[in-house]
Amino acid sequence: MRDVAVVGFSQSVSLRRERNRNEVEILIPVLQELREATGYTNEDLEFVCSGSSDYLAGQAFAFVAGLDAVGAWPPVCESHVEMDGAWALYEAWVKIQMGYADVALVYGFGKPSMGDLPITMALQLDPYTVMPLWPDAISVAALQARLCLDGGVMTDRQMAEAAVRDRAHAKSNPHAQVAGDFDVEGILSEPYLVSPLRKHDCSPISDGASAVLLASSNRAGDFSKRPAWIRGIEHICEPQDLGVRDLTRSRSTEIAAEKAGVGAGRIDVAELSAPFSHQEILVERGLGLGADTTVNPSGGALAGNPLMAVGLARIGEAAARITNGEAERAVAHATSGPCLQQNLVCVLEG
Amino acid sequence: MSQGTDASLTAPHTLSYTYKRSLGPLLGRFFTGLRDRQILGAKRADGSVLMPPKEYDPDTSAALDELVPVGPGGVVKSWAWVSAPRKQQPLDRAFAYALVQLDGADTAFLHVVDAGEESAMQTGMRVTARWSDEATGQITDLTFIPEA
Repeated sequence: MRDVAVVGFSQSVSLRRERNRNEVEILIPVLQELREATGYTNEDLEFVCSGSSDYLAGQAFAFVAGLDAVGAWPPVCESHVEMDGAWALYEAWVKIQMGYADVALVYGFGKPSMGDLPITMALQLDPYTVMPLWPDAISVAALQARLCLDGGVMTDRQMAEAAVRDRAHAKSNPHAQVAGDFDVEGILSEPYLVSPLRKHDCSPISDGASAVLLASSNRAGDFSKRPAWIRGIEHICEPQDLGVRDLTRSRSTEIAAEKAGVGAGRIDVAELSAPFSHQEILVERGLGLGADTTVNPSGGALAGNPLMAVGLARIGEAAARITNGEAERAVAHATSGPCLQQNLVCVLEG
Repeated sequence: MSQGTDASLTAPHTLSYTYKRSLGPLLGRFFTGLRDRQILGAKRADGSVLMPPKEYDPDTSAALDELVPVGPGGVVKSWAWVSAPRKQQPLDRAFAYALVQLDGADTAFLHVVDAGEESAMQTGMRVTARWSDEATGQITDLTFIPEA
């Protein structure tokens, strides 16, 4: 295996609605910041990979426009995944492992404010037997939350505590959308949004973008004084139908965590991309995190959820804490599909 | 096209994916069953019944071929109360999305329960299928209601 590291990270502020900027205009300053931080030029890039969704833009091949932010010259070897940028990073990592590149740019972007996101998300469900019923993303998550509550797997107080923790952490994150001091009792007295989920259990809807620069060991030092080395990365997918899965645990996170080697040492920092509070608890358990791990120092997805960029941002946030010396070993998580269907786990070390 | 005082030509434009999908052998029979007001699940090698049916077993990847009748009654395994339905959703009044395990099936599937109010919903409650007046062979031919 080749040693590959995250050598740079940048992200936009998560906003409920980017009124005046399209996706390319959101992306341009993010990539500019990455260039300034790492000193990379387009000549350094041997591979470029992005994650985004045509369903958010409402047009086919919408991701092609994103390349305008990268620059037209020199021609790039480029790829795209219709997934969160974390999976684009996985593809770039494979490309570097294969010896096809030493330096790769990865980015993710999404502008879900252009549509009704919870309804748009129904389009990821089985097109024959489920999607025609238009189950919105919050309702689908609520089915899982009730299974967890009814089954005694967790309490709504624990869910509220996860939200309070994340949003308190987010106060020190200038890119966060929902941050502040909330109180568990106050939250539990709120009405349901879609019973049994309250508004605080849900991530915000966010427009935004994130970008990561990856480099192999022979180039990493050119861009970063303290690269965050990827020591394990794995993603696992569960079956499509909700009824054939055990929704009260995240089996795919458990398997990915084991394959990525999460348990091989102390984890200082974990950055989780779970868009609902009960899912965050399931992921935390699936990763096997203990009390000595700081979970979501950035606030995680509950503080800002730029779709298609949020998972990549978790890898970037975890890497940034290694690069600045706060952490020696960190884990980042990204998710895709309904009720944590697919999960990616990435272990990073200084 | 309309031609009034404004002489410019207009035409409707509807954004859509104008593809026709082939359902395949197994789902084809499932949806034909719905048109005939019958719900069919797929029998797996171990004898358990998968609902909704799939052409391939999600655990073993074995091809599935045998369909057996399930329902029309079943048990609510989980539910979410939608107090403010969106315009695309199947009912224009508050309802529940639910995971319903039909009698004779071993997996729950996602559908709609028209219960009137949230207090009428409970995990473990029994529901039964209500068919639309004219079944057309789609999943929306069905709604579930609390069993009397």
